[in-house]
Amino acid sequence: MIIPQALDPVTALKQAMPDAVEDVREYGGDITIVVKPDHLQAVSQYLRDTSGLVYNFLSDVSAVDYYPDYNRPGRFGVSYHILSLLYKRRLRVKVYLPEEAPSVATVTTIWPGANWLEREIADMMGIDFVGHPDLRRLLMPDDWQGHPHRRDYPLGYETVMFSFNADEIMKHKPHATD
Amino acid sequence: MALQTAANTNDPMAEWAGSLEQLKGLVTERALTGETMLLNMGPHHPSTHGVLRLLLELDGEEVITCLPDIGFLHTGIEKNIESKSYEKAVPLTDRMDYLAPMSNNTAYCLAVEKLVGLDVPERAQIMRVICLEMTRLNSHLVWLGTHAIDLGAMSVFLYCFREREELLKMFEMLSGQRMMGSYMRPGGVWRDFPPEFLPMLENFLGYFPSRVDDYEALLTKNPIWMDRTQGVGVIEPEKAMAWGVSGPSLRGSGVAWDLRKSMPYSGYDMFDFNVPVGEHGDVYDRFMVRIREMRESVKIMQQAIKRLPAKGPFRSDNRKFVPPPRAELGQSMEAVIHHFKLWTEGFAAPDEEVFVAIESPRGELGCYLHGTGGNKPRRVHFKTPSFMHISSLPVMTHGHLIADLVAIVGSVDVVLGDCDR
Repeated sequence: MIIPQALDPVTALKQAMPDAVEDVREYGGDITIVVKPDHLQAVSQYLRDTSGLVYNFLSDVSAVDYYPDYNRPGRFGVSYHILSLLYKRRLRVKVYLPEEAPSVATVTTIWPGANWLEREIADMMGIDFVGHPDLRRLLMPDDWQGHPHRRDYPLGYETVMFSFNADEIMKHKPHATD
Repeated sequence: MALQTAANTNDPMAEWAGSLEQLKGLVTERALTGETMLLNMGPHHPSTHGVLRLLLELDGEEVITCLPDIGFLHTGIEKNIESKSYEKAVPLTDRMDYLAPMSNNTAYCLAVEKLVGLDVPERAQIMRVICLEMTRLNSHLVWLGTHAIDLGAMSVFLYCFREREELLKMFEMLSGQRMMGSYMRPGGVWRDFPPEFLPMLENFLGYFPSRVDDYEALLTKNPIWMDRTQGVGVIEPEKAMAWGVSGPSLRGSGVAWDLRKSMPYSGYDMFDFNVPVGEHGDVYDRFMVRIREMRESVKIMQQAIKRLPAKGPFRSDNRKFVPPPRAELGQSMEAVIHHFKLWTEGFAAPDEEVFVAIESPRGELGCYLHGTGGNKPRRVHFKTPSFMHISSLPVMTHGHLIADLVAIVGSVDVVLGDCDR
C-alpha cells in the first residue's frame, strides 16, 4: 500500500479554508487550530477526508470554562483532539463560544464516537450541540438543575460531624419519613 | 435538551406515559405499542461489571435497541481536581479506573509534566514501565476471571485471583496500598523500589507464563467457550475506529494500534515486544488479544528489570516542582523553603492546555489539562476507554441474543468507575 505524503495540517487548512482559521498556537508540541464555530463541521470533514491528513480517530472532546475574566474570544472553549492512525500524529481543533447560549454544530456526523463526549459536555457545561441525535443528560440525574463543570458552579461541601455538632447536623439530614 | 418535567397529577400512569414519551425516537415504534419488550438490565447485575444500567428493547430474545444509562458512580473527580494543587490531585486519579490505578496516575502525571515542562529521569521511566505492565496484568487477570464467570466458566476466576493476589502484594510493597497506590508523582515515582521487590517480581515472572498456559488450557480450545464467543459481537475495524473504540477491543478487530508502539511515551520505545491483533473482531479475538498481551507484558518487564540501573534518581531533582527528600531538610535552607512552598501552595503552571494519551489496559486513556497560571488547574478532563466502549455498545449489540450481550459487555472490558469518573 502506498501511503500519500503527509501534509502539514495548518498550511493545508489555511489554503483550503482561509476564512475558517482564526488562530494557530503551539504549546509543548501540541498544535492547536482555533476555528470559527460556524466552520467547525466543514473543517472536521476536511481534516478527516483529505488525503495526506486523514484524522480518522476522535480521541477526545473537552470543554473548558474561562470564567470569570476571560481574555479570550469567548467564555467557553471546546477542544476536539483528533488523531491520525495513519500518520501517527495528533491535532487539536478548538472553538470559542460566547457566554450567552453557547452552541456549536455537532461532529457526530463525522466521528460517531463524539456522541457521548458531546452529551457529557452538554450535561456538565451546558453547551448545546446542534444536530446531536440524543442530547439527554448523561452523568447527572435527568432532573438536575445547572451544569456542574462550569466555574461559577460551587463545589459544595459537607460539614464534618463531631460530637458537639452532631445534633445540629442530624436535624438537617434528609431522612426517610412515612 | 429540554428537561423532562413530571406531570403534576396523582395518577401513577401519567408519569409512566411521560417516560415512554422521553424514549420516543430512541426505541422503535413497536416498543411504544407493546409489540416488543422493554427490559431493564441493571443497575445491579453481576455481568455489568459495576453499576451500569442497560435499557433493552427485545424482540423475543433478540436485542433491537440497547440504551446504556451511566452516571451511578459519578463522583465529580474532575471538578474536585480543579480545587487541588497539581500534586495533591494524584490520589483522586487512582479512584477512576480502580483496576488500573497506576495507568491513571501516569496519564495525569505525564500531562502535568508536559504542562510545566518537567523531565523524568530514565530510571524513573523504567520503574514506571514496570508498574504499568504489572497494572496491565492485574487488570487483565480480573477481566479474564470475571469474563469467564459471566459465561459460566467458574474455576478460571479462582486461578486468576490467585495470581492477582501476588501482584497486589507487590503493589503493597511499593506504595503501602494494595490498590490505590498513588505511586506515580509528577517528575517520577514516590520512592525507590524496596530491596525485596525486584526478587519477588522476578520470581513471579518466572512462573507466570505457565499460569497463563493453565488459563488457556481451560478456555482456548474449550468447545463451550468457543461456541459462546466465536462470531459473537463482531465489530468491523472501520466502525470501531469511527466509534472511538481503542485498546485490545480495537486490536481484536485487526487494527495494530497500540500507543506504546505507535506513539511511545515513558520510554516504551526502548523495549522489544509485539502487538497482538485479532482477525474477526469477535469476542473470542478480543479474548485472545488480551491473553497474548499478558505474555508480552512479561517480556517487557523482564527487559525492564535488565535495563533498570541499580542506583540513580527515581524522581526529578528540579526543586521548583519536586519536593526535596527528607534527608536534605536538615542540611539545606533552600530545601526547607522548597519543602514549605511545595507542600503549602504547590507549583504554578502556565495558562495553557495539553493533552496526553497512554495505552491503559482497556485502551486509550487521555488526559486533558488546562492550567490557569496559578497553582490549580482550570480544567482536567479524562477521556477514558470504558466511556467510549459503553457508548459504542448499542452498535456492538444490535441484533444479538440477550445471552450474547453478556459476552459482549464482558469482552470490551468496562469499568464503571472509569466511565463515570
